[in-house]
Amino acid sequence: MSRPAPLETAAAWLLAVLWMAPLLYALWAAFHPPEFAVTFDPLARLTLDNFATAWERAPFARYFLNTFLLVSLILLGQLVLCTLAAYAFARFAFPGREAVFLLVLVQLMIVPEVLIVKNYATLSQLGLIDTIPGVALPYMASAFGIFLLRQAFKGVPVELEDAARVEGAGTLGILWRVYMPLARPTYLAYALVSVSHHWNNFLWPLVVTNSTETRPLTVGLAIFGAPESGVDWSVISAATLLAVAPLVLAFLLFQKQFVQSFLRAGIK
Amino acid sequence: MTAHRRTLIHGWLLLLPAAVLLVGFTHYPAVATFLDSLFSTGTVIRPSRFVGAGNYRLLLDDPVFAKVLLNTVLFALGTVPAAIALALVMALWVNRRLPARGLVRLAYFTPTILPMIAVANIWLFFYTPGIGLLDQIGARFGLPGHNWLGDTDTVLGCLMVMTVWKEAGFFMIFYLAALQTLPPELFEAARLEGAGRWVVFRRLTFPLLMPTTLFVLINAVLNSFKLVDHLFILTKGGPDNASNLLLYYIYETAFSFFDTAYAATLTMVLLALLAVLGVGQFLLLDKRVHYR
Repeated sequence: MSRPAPLETAAAWLLAVLWMAPLLYALWAAFHPPEFAVTFDPLARLTLDNFATAWERAPFARYFLNTFLLVSLILLGQLVLCTLAAYAFARFAFPGREAVFLLVLVQLMIVPEVLIVKNYATLSQLGLIDTIPGVALPYMASAFGIFLLRQAFKGVPVELEDAARVEGAGTLGILWRVYMPLARPTYLAYALVSVSHHWNNFLWPLVVTNSTETRPLTVGLAIFGAPESGVDWSVISAATLLAVAPLVLAFLLFQKQFVQSFLRAGIK
Repeated sequence: MTAHRRTLIHGWLLLLPAAVLLVGFTHYPAVATFLDSLFSTGTVIRPSRFVGAGNYRLLLDDPVFAKVLLNTVLFALGTVPAAIALALVMALWVNRRLPARGLVRLAYFTPTILPMIAVANIWLFFYTPGIGLLDQIGARFGLPGHNWLGDTDTVLGCLMVMTVWKEAGFFMIFYLAALQTLPPELFEAARLEGAGRWVVFRRLTFPLLMPTTLFVLINAVLNSFKLVDHLFILTKGGPDNASNLLLYYIYETAFSFFDTAYAATLTMVLLALLAVLGVGQFLLLDKRVHYR
């Protein structure tokens, strides 16, 4: 690790400024009156009016609640289903295990929104159109989660399982008391990746939801920001910042964990 | 009950809930989509009937499909190599003892955690003709205004620039992690040999990072086929389908034109693209396992 030349340092900084510019611009527009949206006067007065207008014009509180419920439901489902399946793949020798595992991995490529037409039809047969569980259901059995947890469970020494079995623990007891505590870093990494992915997910929720009571933030924001809505720039910026604020704040606070989670999830 | 049978039953029971959902939302719809693509779309007057390869022949005669497929390939070619190259440069910079390194890394990575919808909302303003930031900067240099997203020649390029901005930081962290595992002795030796920085990069760093590059490359291309959220805000695929991408065209065909059979046929094309890449990735992952 050497100290770079001044020119390179300048280039790295310049790129960093360029990379932050869109977000900085959104902050500028959101916190200043609309007449300053395109004129950068450092003396322009600050205001929270744009946020108030955005909050008034669309049911953002409800959208927040919907996104929160959706993300929690998906994560809960994923944790339960992926834990069980990963345990089966890691520690149960049943015939056809490798073939079944390959079939699971197919979902890494073919995510539910690619098969949007057929999955919509399935959901409507189940009567789950325009419900939050309907949006969540296709994502609960995550190949990615199964893959990560299987890796983690495989790293647990079998002797620990044998010891627990001698003490009389059953299959689920062993999973709960031996495997899950030891895989905690993997759970944390997976949870962060899952939450940030589904907080930002758009296409599938757009298709499935069609009312205020179910729409997540991304879909609500898309409707709000549509040019037809006639809302001005500063207000759209404010709404956009509102929608991303929880995730960005969480990211700023837990930067290290986020980056490490994405890495752990991507590389393994 | 023997221990063997118990293992078998418990194994399948543990798998069952996930298997039901995986089959229900991945395998079943994939097969059903294929079957749908062999039938015509049923209407009230004309029920659906078997047409064999008829829908696939329609594809060949559909100028919009040709355009959309070309756009999808161009979008991947235009965003992936650029984002990966930038990611590598970013990682090399951030891996050195740069002043304010943490802040620079944060700046590079931040676009990654924003939803595409929010990103598109912000970038829309840059591209708006007249009052948009791009035109305002251009006006300072006496350039005429330009309808960036309304011009068939510039619209896809504009979307690519935005996507590179969004994705580069994500790929950077993979390079960063890989850089930190490279043996420092190698670089020490190269330095003692008097190798210049460019030579070190070309002969040492870049080849050593090759597995990471391949891994990122395949994932990035796979991902680029699924990136369509921004179209909903910025262009709706227009003007004249100049920015339409395959997944968005599928969405339009199914949910705006209600032609489910043709949408199924288009989906098969997307599945074929994903499958080719997926098999490539699988072979690659297999190699990575052997390396360990």
